[in-house]
Amino acid sequence: MLIKYSVKTALTGLITNKSRSILTILGIVIAIAAIVLIVSIGQGAKDLILQQIQGLGSKTIVVIPGREPEGPSDFVNVFLDSLKEKDYKLLKNKNNVPGAEDIMPLVISSVKLSYFDETYQATILGGGDDEINNLMARIFDIFPDRGSFFTPQDVSSRASVIVIGDNVREELFGESINPLGEKIKINGRNFRVIGILPSKGQVSFFNFDDMVLAPYTTAQQYILGRKYFDRIIVVAKSEKVIARTVSDIEITLRSSHGITDPDKDDFFVETQADLVERVGFITNILTLFLVTIAAISLLVGGIGIMNIMLVSVTERTKEIGLRKAVGATNKDILRQFLLESVLLTAIGGIVGIALGVALSFVVSLILTYSLGLNWEFTFPLSAAALGLGVSAAVGLVFGIYPARQAAKKTPIDALRYE
Amino acid sequence: MHLIEVKDLEKTYYIDSVQTPALRGVSFKIKEGEFVAIVGPSGSGKSTLLHVLGFLDRHTAGEYHFDGKTINDYSEEEIARVRNKEMGFIFQTFNLLPRTTVLENVKLPLLYSGVKESLWEKKARQVIDSVGLSHRLHHESSQLSGGEIQRVAIARALVNNPRIIFADEPTGNLDSKSGKVIMELIQKLNNDGHTVILITHETYTAKHAERLIRLSDGAIKEDAPVDHRLVAADHFTK
Ligand SMILES: Nc1ncnc2c1ncn2[C@@H]1O[C@H](COP(=O)(O)OP(=O)(O)OP(=O)(O)O)[C@@H](O)[C@H]1O
Ligand SMILES: [Mg+2]
Repeated sequence: MLIKYSVKTALTGLITNKSRSILTILGIVIAIAAIVLIVSIGQGAKDLILQQIQGLGSKTIVVIPGREPEGPSDFVNVFLDSLKEKDYKLLKNKNNVPGAEDIMPLVISSVKLSYFDETYQATILGGGDDEINNLMARIFDIFPDRGSFFTPQDVSSRASVIVIGDNVREELFGESINPLGEKIKINGRNFRVIGILPSKGQVSFFNFDDMVLAPYTTAQQYILGRKYFDRIIVVAKSEKVIARTVSDIEITLRSSHGITDPDKDDFFVETQADLVERVGFITNILTLFLVTIAAISLLVGGIGIMNIMLVSVTERTKEIGLRKAVGATNKDILRQFLLESVLLTAIGGIVGIALGVALSFVVSLILTYSLGLNWEFTFPLSAAALGLGVSAAVGLVFGIYPARQAAKKTPIDALRYE
Repeated sequence: MHLIEVKDLEKTYYIDSVQTPALRGVSFKIKEGEFVAIVGPSGSGKSTLLHVLGFLDRHTAGEYHFDGKTINDYSEEEIARVRNKEMGFIFQTFNLLPRTTVLENVKLPLLYSGVKESLWEKKARQVIDSVGLSHRLHHESSQLSGGEIQRVAIARALVNNPRIIFADEPTGNLDSKSGKVIMELIQKLNNDGHTVILITHETYTAKHAERLIRLSDGAIKEDAPVDHRLVAADHFTK
């Protein structure tokens, strides 16, 4: 039989049982909509995170103390004190790392701030350079809109000065007090506020609104009481020299730490590209996990299809017999019923895709306007194609058994069927 | 050579362990172009015989040759092809697909025939015209009278121009007037050269045939030419 007539026959079969067809595909519609929605949101979340990471600059290289984690759940706590002043000085030496444009050590810690009776738990970020102006501000692209940043002299003299984020300002000072020049107590020592950062929200992994910035020398000496760094940030001269610079950093640090076997490294170097890859990997795993859950509902939908098709086959015994009596082969009947279930699920798939796309559009609007995220809606083309393919496949897989049952019927079954 | 040759044909139904012999050794031959009526009381095996002859079912013993071949010479696809090309069926009930127009119902055998699609419409209209239903082309079966449904069935049986037409009680559900129309059509298609095997339990209807085979309890009781053959009144007009 011509495929055109097979489709027509199958469609007629479906239209004849309209409300049943609709109920049957509901499961498929929901499952496919869920898959499209999940993939779309997963993609959007990934894009958003990547966009934030890249906010740090694609030329940024981060040196991290400790052994490199082997997977997302591998938290290692050895060698956390491996990056010392000596390493920083060595990396700064142009002969060792010629590809480095800027280099800055970083210390990070959680601290309790107090201003008279007000207290606030914030994150202190110690950085800066004793020669270059505003290096920290430049690397993080964050400048105080009131007051100023600390100077190279502040760094070299371990001045007790801090720049505060917008939340910190609001929590400690409220709206009525001008924080500039005021003294905040950390670990019993007074620090003078010299700058206030504009509200910026989340930038890369940092929320500067909740931060206090200080010269790293000050933070090490008076707040943390330690001599090692939590990060050393290296900005490469260009993207081309990143790989070269990474290997220069590794060679320099290995020789400084007396390491010959790279497997025994007590530090690791992360580029933005690595981060992008890692975040992409994590969001993909997450998306896959959710899609797997949605796929289970697809399975349930498929069983529904099978059930309905079996009922339909029994109901249409006479039709099958008549078709066979006038010359339909087993194959013709098989094809007709298979096509019916595939069409059924494919229609379900298309409706599900439309629904899923519409929902993800609505979600993107909500995220953009009510949460203020820079969320971009993209038509989840791959998810749509996947959804259509998968739903048709479900029709094929779950339609095969009922279609076989139909093909097995003899004209006699039909003639004798009451 | 005969179109149909049946020798010691037996058909026994097996349901679980119960055996029901429906045909107990039947023998006859039918020439191409013959018009044979098979009569007999209810349960005598008429429909069973027709199903075996029409390759709708298989016999359990004896021999049946259609055009020199037995059903076992054919694959499933070839059997379907024979039913499609060489045979036409008219049943007592459920002849038409529900919610399907007259035109589409008549096209049904063409769908499975390998005939070029461009010819379908013309062929279907032609046979519908020959049974006088051109004005009902787009009616569905629920919008037709019983007599009209049987005429559509005849049209469909004819659409592939088969050598033989099997009709199982085609007038069983009709009043005598509609029955006459059907019999006239059947006689006409026999005159056009189609072999016809007609099952009926009415002697009156059977008298339209040229030969009568009487079955009783699965065996032939009589096989004789029809005397005083009836010719359906020529009141059928297109
Ligand atoms: N599928 C079947 N399974 C078991 N027995 C059957 C089956 N079909 C028919 N029979 C039996 O075979 C015998 C012949 O049945 P058949 O239908 O051929 O009779 P018939 O002459 O056509 O009767 P009627 O005039 O009532 O249509 C009957 O006894 C019937 O009960
Ligand atoms: Mg019968």
